[in-house]
Amino acid sequence: MPVLAPTAPHTPARIGLSFHNVEKRFGSLAALRGISLEVRAGEFVALLGPNGAGKTTLLRMAALLMNPTRGSVQFTNGLASISADARKQALMLRPKHAIGLVGHSALLYDELTAAENLTLFARLYALDKIPEKVATALEDCGLASRAGSLVRTFSRGMRQRLAIARALLHAPNLILLDEPAAGLDRQGLAWFSARLARLKQEGCTVLMSTHARNESLDLATRAVALAGGKVEHDSGSNGDPRPLLTALRAEA
Amino acid sequence: MLTARAAAIILAKELRLEFRTRELLTATVIFALVVVVLFSFAFDPTAAESRRYGPGLLWIAFLFAGSLMLNPSFAREQNNETLDALRMAPISSFAILLGKILANFIFMSLAELVLVPVFAVLYNLSLAGIVWRLILVLVLGTLGLTVTGTVFSAISAHARMRELLLPLLLLPLLTPLLIAAVESTASLFAEQPTLDRTWLAFLAGFDIVFLTASWLLCDHLLEE
Repeated sequence: MPVLAPTAPHTPARIGLSFHNVEKRFGSLAALRGISLEVRAGEFVALLGPNGAGKTTLLRMAALLMNPTRGSVQFTNGLASISADARKQALMLRPKHAIGLVGHSALLYDELTAAENLTLFARLYALDKIPEKVATALEDCGLASRAGSLVRTFSRGMRQRLAIARALLHAPNLILLDEPAAGLDRQGLAWFSARLARLKQEGCTVLMSTHARNESLDLATRAVALAGGKVEHDSGSNGDPRPLLTALRAEA
Repeated sequence: MLTARAAAIILAKELRLEFRTRELLTATVIFALVVVVLFSFAFDPTAAESRRYGPGLLWIAFLFAGSLMLNPSFAREQNNETLDALRMAPISSFAILLGKILANFIFMSLAELVLVPVFAVLYNLSLAGIVWRLILVLVLGTLGLTVTGTVFSAISAHARMRELLLPLLLLPLLTPLLIAAVESTASLFAEQPTLDRTWLAFLAGFDIVFLTASWLLCDHLLEE
């Protein structure tokens, strides 16, 4: 049986993923209609498309939060692959340590402080040196001075910066970003772009759904446009994403 | 990570959240107290009458309190979709469920700690000599209530009418537990207090069956 090589919590394997003829239905509504897409380890993919194109559903499937109605999602680390098709197998072998998600919502507890939120997730990911890692993450996202403040007192931008810090706390290798720049001000966007550039340099695989305003689109090595739950355009792993990104900016 | 360790982390988070806001505990205790007090006006609370009706009223109050308390258990994870963050963590689904079951058990036990002495005073019943046996019945009954309630809180969390749905699903299912708990409590409040082992075994069996079922079904329960 093919297995993903076991990874230590803090040194996740370089991970890629592929969608094989993936369909997702919510009752009579088809959110994804037979998507096939292979994302190589280390690629930075910009997922483009209008609202309702299926970007969020695709990202949630990659985050193992949703099972496909038909088709399969496979994770690869260059050595072997696992199939998420078989439920039992997927449950046993899901490479959760390697995945980080910034979703539409903050995925944070309003009634916990910024430091408590990060500490909670650091403990769930069994990280070591938690106080140091939490302090570094807060420093990095510019919230060190608000470490003891409840998240419900934060502005949208501050929440988003903390949400990004939470998603990256366990040093994931596959990073899934669903409109990550939403709510960020100019300073926040600059910090986020710099953080993404660092992740790209470290060889992380990034899937980011975003809009034209996001400066970090320039980091993309590949652009995939979805429409009506299907892949409409794909610049490919060795192609040039700029024409698609330019077209997107022109539309915006 | 070990399920027990992950469940302990979730439990600590639940306790911290609740003791910081005290929303759930305060509302539940006040509601259950109101129920107990109102019932005490409904009939003459002499010792003989109370022995007949008291245990039933006490468990009805617990049941109402439970359905009020258990509802937000998973519903409040939807505020910022924090359940997604928990599901993405490398821990078992059962750890999430177990952490919440334990937290709800502690909250219900605290509510009962306030309610039982008030009930004893209002209904003219003595707790002397039966305290430990009563605690055993309360623990087994409350565990069954919180296990089933937490599971159904997870099921109904995505429903639009979840406040209504949870009691509708939960109360019929808890009828056997209610009967066993009331019978066990009634035998303790009798003139010659005894611990009815048959009902006690039934309560323990109910707990084991539903705890096992929640362990077996936890992945499906927390799935979208």
